[in-house]
Amino acid sequence: MINREGLKYTKEHEWLSIDGDVATVGITEYAAEKLGDIVFVDLPKVGSSTTYMKICGEIESTKSVGELYAPVDGEIVEVNEVVSGNPELVNHDPFGAGWLIKIRFTELPELLTHEQYAALTGEG
Amino acid sequence: MKSIPLRDKHEALGASFTDFGGWEMPVRYSSDLAEHHAVRESAGLFDISHMGEIFIEGKDAASYLDFALVGAASEIAIGRAKYSLICNQAGGIIDDLIVYRLGQNAFLVVANASNREAVVSAMEERAKGLEVEVRDESDLWVLLAIQGPKSVSILSEITDSLLEDLKYYAISEAELAGVPCLLARTGYTGEDGFEIYIPVESGASVMDAIFAAGKDKGLLPTGLACRDTLRLEAGMPLYGHEMNLEINPFQAGFGKVVRLDKQGDFVGKAALAKLSQVAPEKVLVGLEGSGKRAARADYEVFVEGSTKPVGVITSGALSPTLGFPIAMAYVSADFAELDTPISVDIRGTQTAFRVVKLPFYKRAKN
Repeated sequence: MINREGLKYTKEHEWLSIDGDVATVGITEYAAEKLGDIVFVDLPKVGSSTTYMKICGEIESTKSVGELYAPVDGEIVEVNEVVSGNPELVNHDPFGAGWLIKIRFTELPELLTHEQYAALTGEG
Repeated sequence: MKSIPLRDKHEALGASFTDFGGWEMPVRYSSDLAEHHAVRESAGLFDISHMGEIFIEGKDAASYLDFALVGAASEIAIGRAKYSLICNQAGGIIDDLIVYRLGQNAFLVVANASNREAVVSAMEERAKGLEVEVRDESDLWVLLAIQGPKSVSILSEITDSLLEDLKYYAISEAELAGVPCLLARTGYTGEDGFEIYIPVESGASVMDAIFAAGKDKGLLPTGLACRDTLRLEAGMPLYGHEMNLEINPFQAGFGKVVRLDKQGDFVGKAALAKLSQVAPEKVLVGLEGSGKRAARADYEVFVEGSTKPVGVITSGALSPTLGFPIAMAYVSADFAELDTPISVDIRGTQTAFRVVKLPFYKRAKN
């Protein structure tokens, strides 16, 4: 079980787990719940570059389409292939098995702390 | 935003809410997909109390409805119902309706929530000079819809009425959990089921009784999210998507609902008679794709070699029952034939679909 309080967050409802120069990225439980049942996840290719706050993927539920914003500048080093085949993992375990991408970043932008993110969503 | 009478009970059941035509409505309780499958496999209970209940009574009731709507209400047998439309003078669709005949001179007309005011005002206007009363009782009724193959079995636990004898598109008085209700065998999901009109003060007790009766039969509270995918699979149009004031019944595939042959004049007749003589330029079609990406409302539709769109999606989703994307679209009549390959611009990617027959899903008849 990942410690949510140690994660970083964005206003676009992504979480980041930082390990050295690699960030593992997913969407928060709050975002997953708002989307409803997720039925399709479109992730970037390994090796592609990401730009802070540019769209790099899509998360579709039965009702709507959510965009995945790159939370850092960098390069995709891994994508969660399991989630592509089992998009419901994003609903069931958004902070664990439902992670989406890993990005090797050059520098970290200013991100939200757990407290700041909780305040943003009115939860916590 | 307006609230339905049992709003707080739905919150206690775990509902998330959405704004639907100015109403705060339950959108889902647990999971859209689980609720969708429950309706297809066992049963779901929807609260659709936002719908408008308009009672029509008086000596002229039948002939009045023949004048006010495009169908022939006077031909409906007592205790039966018909799908109908209310059009403006130009033949544009103000709303789609269910018309129930409750008695020789008494009808119940059910309108969409977002069109209730427009429908009531048009119906009042059209009643002038006739011996008929148009009574908007929308706030006096709770409307619950139980839908799914277990509906009969569940309701039979709380009523002595012979549910099996109530035919599809029929309505009858019935006592449910001791409460006198109007029970109709209608719905908007493509499954067997009932719509139950309950006096507002008894709504809570009837709802509790239905959930208690359905507890061991897989009954789930179901929200608008799955209602939309269910009706889409069943090829049922939704006002504001497949119909609006700019769309005429012939484009929407409802030519048969317009009874140009009925006696006397009706609102929109002259325009509709003309429209019936020419093939519509665009028509409503069903589309089926492969893969998992849904073509959603307002996405543009193309055919090979066209740089300009030949149509637009009105509703679309990844079908929970079928597992592939389905959609309804208005396309130029030149490309409406079955099996025509169509491509949909899904956020910048041209994605292959083909024209198929509606509905996408039909339940197996027992």
